[in-house]
Amino acid sequence: MMELQVSRRLLRVWQRNLLVYRKTWKIAFVPPLTEPLFYLTAFGVGLGGMVGTLAYGGSPVGYTAFIAPGMLAINIMQSAFFENTYASFVRMYYQRTFDAMLATPLTIDEVITGEILWGASKAVIGTVLMMAVVSLFGLLSYPYALLLLPAAFLGGLAFASAGMVCTAIVPTIETFNLPIFLFITPMFLFSGTFFPVTNLPGWAQVVARALPLTHLVELCRSLALGRPSIGALAAVAYLAVWNVVAFPLALRGMRRRLVR
Amino acid sequence: MSSAVIETDNLRKSYGSFTAVNGVSFSVQPGECFGLLGPNGAGKTTTIRMLYGFTPRDSGSLRLFGLDCDGAWRLIKDRIGVCQQDNNLDPDLTVRENLEVFAAYFNLSKATVRERVANLLRFTALEGREQSGVRDLSGGLMRRLVLARALINDPQLLILDEPTTGLDPQSRHQLWSRLEELKAQGLTILLTTHYMDEAQRLCDRLVIMDQGQILVEGAPRELIRRHLGDSVIEVVAPCADLRRMLVERGLPHEDLGQRLVIYSGNGDDLYRELVAEHCREGCMLRPATLEDLFLRLTGRELRE
Repeated sequence: MMELQVSRRLLRVWQRNLLVYRKTWKIAFVPPLTEPLFYLTAFGVGLGGMVGTLAYGGSPVGYTAFIAPGMLAINIMQSAFFENTYASFVRMYYQRTFDAMLATPLTIDEVITGEILWGASKAVIGTVLMMAVVSLFGLLSYPYALLLLPAAFLGGLAFASAGMVCTAIVPTIETFNLPIFLFITPMFLFSGTFFPVTNLPGWAQVVARALPLTHLVELCRSLALGRPSIGALAAVAYLAVWNVVAFPLALRGMRRRLVR
Repeated sequence: MSSAVIETDNLRKSYGSFTAVNGVSFSVQPGECFGLLGPNGAGKTTTIRMLYGFTPRDSGSLRLFGLDCDGAWRLIKDRIGVCQQDNNLDPDLTVRENLEVFAAYFNLSKATVRERVANLLRFTALEGREQSGVRDLSGGLMRRLVLARALINDPQLLILDEPTTGLDPQSRHQLWSRLEELKAQGLTILLTTHYMDEAQRLCDRLVIMDQGQILVEGAPRELIRRHLGDSVIEVVAPCADLRRMLVERGLPHEDLGQRLVIYSGNGDDLYRELVAEHCREGCMLRPATLEDLFLRLTGRELRE
């Protein structure tokens, strides 16, 4: 087992990122507020009329209500993944922020853990904003839907760690295109976001169920619609296991990259 | 028991087949300003990175403040201030926020931070620039902010990796006088530099390193006297018979093509002889400098 060198001091790294985020909140708030408006209008109103209702867990669901939780899950994935790829890479490589931190009593594990926690927190902030908009459409079933917040943190951690694993290995910032086109984009389209996974051919369903977004979508949908399911519990278990694997991988990779 | 601030014994660090630091031992006493000099790739930065726990060493022992670096590293880092070679100020933050955020990494209390930030802004003449973004600062101002940031934890040891590289003469002198003030207050300083005037002005003792090893160690003036004597003779556009004479008499010298530097010890007699018999013009007797010693020890070929 890998020895983890962390103390509460890692919150200082998290606070540094929050401080910078608060300076740019007016811009940072735009995507999570406008995206649901655009998506729900385009897909819900435009496409929804043609699709009608879908069967979910044995009972019918309107198309707009079906894709709204998918959108929340996509936002969680993207906020966390982009934060711990592009943004972390800029801090690490171009701004040398990590080098400066490592000349203080902070450990490398604290710096990286703080970054990952920040990535997950950013996913939660985005989820709060998005939920506000989606609620205006009356698409969230409260109070059950409040559990979307811890779900966003759990899913955020999963994609934050995955992003940090990429940051630990990419030679240049352009290389992030690879995981984005091979990992993020396929999940965006095929993880039960805009149509049920069961519409896919059998082999593709197997692939889709191996991917983390599929489970996060399942979890968000169950919580948003207020319909507890075995699938949602399985999704929590899946994401927990993903974190247990990906987080140490991210730490190990970043130690290898930064300690020289 | 030893009272040394830094004690290294036989430090080694290799990267693959390249040995960056090859058995470096030195110690730095409290209140001393100690210099690490050497050409690019001599192992200076690797050595100081091992000191502040950034780079793990392959072997050798390392004690700071009398504490063993392997066990007490967090205590040790709490007491060190570091100015790294790269400018790594936080460009997303203002001048004041750079200091405050850094203070938070040391877990300093709010009251302490407020007081220290005010003092350091005054000390580095950055008052009035608190709200400036780091991107708007000139090179000299950035360097001063780096220094202020390195002092935020009120360190007992200040490590400076090429603090004045790229600065204009005004900014260099400004920074030097700040460092001299700190020295006068009793702060222990470890410095790497490529500027011999900087080393001669600031360092009580120094080592000259090359290829991962220490070549000489001592006080600047004493080192110059020991290895070169008080003065050197510099000859511009030397003639052939002067060269022949130097070789025949076995006089130590450096041939730079258009220039000869003759290490003459206390060379008044030789100088008179040269002026009288070999070169009436272009012959100069001048005090030996650290730069003469540096080039004598590390050679003149380019390193990179």
